[in-house]
Amino acid sequence: MSAEAHDHGHEHDHEHEHHHKDTFITKYIFSIDHKMIAKQYLITGIIMGIIGIVMSLLFRMQLAWPEESFKIFNVLLGDKFAPDGVMANDIYLALVTIHGTIMVFFVLTAGLSGTFSNLLIPLQIGARDMASGFMNMISYWLFFLSAVIMLSSLFVEAGPASAGWTIYPPLSALPQAIPGSGTGMTLWLVSMAIFIASSLMGSLNYIVTVINLRTKGMSMTRLPLTIWTFFVTAIIGVISFPVLLSAALLLIFDRSFGTSFFLSDIYIAGEVLHYQGGSPVLFEHLFWFLGHPEVYIVILPAMGLVSEIMATNSRKPIFGYRAMIMSVLAIAFLSTIVWGHHMFISGMNPFLGSVFTFTTLLIAIPSAVKAFNWITTLWKGNLQFNPAMLFSIGMVSTFITGGLTGIILGDSTLDINVHDTYFVIAHFHLVMGISALYGMFAGIYHWFPKMYGRMLNKNLGYIHFWVTAVCAYGVFFPMHFIGLAGLPRRYYTNTNFPLFDDLQNVNVLITTFALVGGAFQLVFLYNFFSSIFYGKKAVQNPWKSTTLEWTTPVEHIHGNWPGEIPHVYRWPYDYSNPNHDVDFVPQNVPMKEGEEVLHH
Amino acid sequence: MTSLLVIIVLVLLAVALWQLTKIFDLTQVGSSSDDSQVASDNDNNIQGYIMFGFLAFIYIFTIYGLLKWGGLALHTPASEHGLLVDNLMNITWVLIFVVQFITQGLLYWFSFKNRGHKDRKALFFADSSKLEAIWSIIPSVVLACLILYGLYAWNNIMFVDKDEDVIEIELYAQQFKWTARYAGQDNVLGKANVRLIEGVNTLGVDMSDPNAQDDIVVSELHIPKGKKIHFKMRSQDVLHSAYMPHFRAQMNCVPGMVTEFAFIPTYTTAEYRELPFMIEKVANINKLRAEKSVELVAKGGTSLDPYTFDYLLLCNKICGASHYNMQMKVVVDSPEDYKKWLSEKTTLTQDIKAAAAAEKPAEGVKAPTTDSTAKDTVKAVIDTVKAVVAKVAMK
Repeated sequence: MSAEAHDHGHEHDHEHEHHHKDTFITKYIFSIDHKMIAKQYLITGIIMGIIGIVMSLLFRMQLAWPEESFKIFNVLLGDKFAPDGVMANDIYLALVTIHGTIMVFFVLTAGLSGTFSNLLIPLQIGARDMASGFMNMISYWLFFLSAVIMLSSLFVEAGPASAGWTIYPPLSALPQAIPGSGTGMTLWLVSMAIFIASSLMGSLNYIVTVINLRTKGMSMTRLPLTIWTFFVTAIIGVISFPVLLSAALLLIFDRSFGTSFFLSDIYIAGEVLHYQGGSPVLFEHLFWFLGHPEVYIVILPAMGLVSEIMATNSRKPIFGYRAMIMSVLAIAFLSTIVWGHHMFISGMNPFLGSVFTFTTLLIAIPSAVKAFNWITTLWKGNLQFNPAMLFSIGMVSTFITGGLTGIILGDSTLDINVHDTYFVIAHFHLVMGISALYGMFAGIYHWFPKMYGRMLNKNLGYIHFWVTAVCAYGVFFPMHFIGLAGLPRRYYTNTNFPLFDDLQNVNVLITTFALVGGAFQLVFLYNFFSSIFYGKKAVQNPWKSTTLEWTTPVEHIHGNWPGEIPHVYRWPYDYSNPNHDVDFVPQNVPMKEGEEVLHH
Repeated sequence: MTSLLVIIVLVLLAVALWQLTKIFDLTQVGSSSDDSQVASDNDNNIQGYIMFGFLAFIYIFTIYGLLKWGGLALHTPASEHGLLVDNLMNITWVLIFVVQFITQGLLYWFSFKNRGHKDRKALFFADSSKLEAIWSIIPSVVLACLILYGLYAWNNIMFVDKDEDVIEIELYAQQFKWTARYAGQDNVLGKANVRLIEGVNTLGVDMSDPNAQDDIVVSELHIPKGKKIHFKMRSQDVLHSAYMPHFRAQMNCVPGMVTEFAFIPTYTTAEYRELPFMIEKVANINKLRAEKSVELVAKGGTSLDPYTFDYLLLCNKICGASHYNMQMKVVVDSPEDYKKWLSEKTTLTQDIKAAAAAEKPAEGVKAPTTDSTAKDTVKAVIDTVKAVVAKVAMK
């Protein structure tokens, strides 16, 4: 009996051993280790980010110096779309469209959430890996595939999708309306459908892992806020992404099989099309039912990362831990019932506009709670200005600046006149674009040692932050004014409107800031890629943090902890706890005899 | 060329900064400790001061922006409800600036004040129901007021009273132009559908509908001051958005449905041009255009025409490659001028008859393909048409 048991044990050991002998392919490519998958997401996200940002610089140059010739246009866009270096108007729209798609979905959804959910969920809750490592791997590779398809659409004959990232039909449905709605749009839709499948698999994995695989003692109210936000983000994703998938499928039907879900009464290129009875407004509803939660899918993980980093670097507990959780839940709930504020003037019943104004402005309340709680976290702290901390403070700053103008856009009455102007662009780039990017940068600077076992150079980090911070305000702050002047977005040039001639100088200033800001991202890229190989070796817990990921060895091992998984005895924010002499008490340190819990 | 210079300067700057960090790194060679990349007290001090500097930057940049670019924003609304919108907007702006000033101030001031030091100990301050109640309740109350005011304004603007005395005008959108249809004597627009588009009837008006007989189709929008204009919007191909910024008016045009928006213009075009802010704005724009013209002429181009203000209807929903040039001039007339202008226009029925008459003599020749040329033809043969119309009317 005992011999048999021993044999079994031996066999098990052998299997275990076998598992550790990864080939190059199973270790770096088709890995099922969440840490490797996180890095894959990050690198892919960074590459997509570079492409997305370069695109924005190109069309910003066109806006500042309309129809002027730049060699770089010709080099990057080719003779067809930039003959003699002058950008053509259809490629302008394509650049705008693909920039939006890439930044929202591929960088700030997959790149941000995919990286940090994968890296931190198992490490911070005390699990050996995701609930399903295999599904996690499939999720990444579907994401990769969708990215490849999206990029391949840049090379089709008629150009990529160019109906705006919101792809409203009929423009996106009819190749007669715009060349990009041919093969380019087909590839866009296929790419998004695969992306959604990838996102759903990832999200389901995150939810199951958080619910089932928490280590002993890790109750829901001892979870770091990062995990809370990843968890809630995954839930919103599972609720709303399928609706976009359905919209994409119906649009594919309309485009290819002659159905009329979104199309009706169309006369184009000299002929009446057969479509009857559909409504483009239906598409807008379906799109924004994902589209709005999507901005929270983007910003919530950033909020979680920032909360965690702020607490660690303030050497203070995050202020109002429970209020932070409640506000995340409130934001998540409200985010699913506010989509109509993108459609105040879409032709839907004005009564609906009233309802959506009400729900939309309600979101300001949990958002205000979060902002004030972050500010209070800084109060009487002992702030350690690591680059991650700078980006976190920057994130709170841009979130406030961008969020406040949401009070204007969320109010149907005021939205009438600023809808689809540059005011909107200024608003959402600050509140979800820049804020989420800052959250992502903060996360990278903070968890780089965990990912690569080395440190990023802090001085390069400081330069990166301050130049980016000045340029971000320099780009988006003046943009509010040209929006208030009534300048519509998605105009290839404004030269046909003498009315807007006095905005041209502002556009030049914006583009200059954008070029400087864009160029300084090279500092980050250099820092990132050189530090992977040549960075200073990291110690186990460089930021003196309390959470579990810093109890794992610096060198990555399959299963995360060499021995038993640590047990958890306290919440994650015991910084400067007066009961202890050290200024941080990790979660796996048992409570002292008679130690009181000092928080709610 | 300027951008190339900018880029070169940037690259050089980047190299310089990189060298600087190398120097920083070299100064730390002695201390081989592993936490050399973790913020030291010195870093905290420097970054704390920069935080404070950045707060100053935000404040100064905001004030600079308001002074320099504040004048660019749309000024006096040219519609009655516009006053309501702008009033709500101004209240909201005051609120935003107050909150922005306080919160950014606190954020960066705390960052500066509490910059880390090895002898410093942070205060363990985990929660406070009182504080959290304060910053939940205050925003709730403020937002409740904004919501109520906003909804009051919204309902006033969006719901048109059926019994009200209004002028009905159809705005018709297509890639990449606007057309307007006036309801004529009966003030009822005839039914329409894109399936009925034929020849000069480019809007697909149902000519069998009695209400359609007196409809008038034009390519320049004239509206009278002081009357409520009830716009009905249609689109024939993709989504468009009828945006009239000076009137604080915007509504999407959706193929397959009719959308609507109504407002009362309060300044004629001539009056609006004479407003002091507009005189200044136009002078400024013309100065910029004159400068640009000099540049253009030097390059062998033609100079730009001087600008006079006109109200505009712009397309504000991406609609295709020439989206950026889809516009229509809007003219607000005095009621008398408006009447006079409208009376000079031919009805669609007349246009169709004229086109038919014009086509008859030139048998075998294809009908003109674009409707603007069709219109010209109409004008050319208008005299002969009158006789035909009279004949038909007698029948």
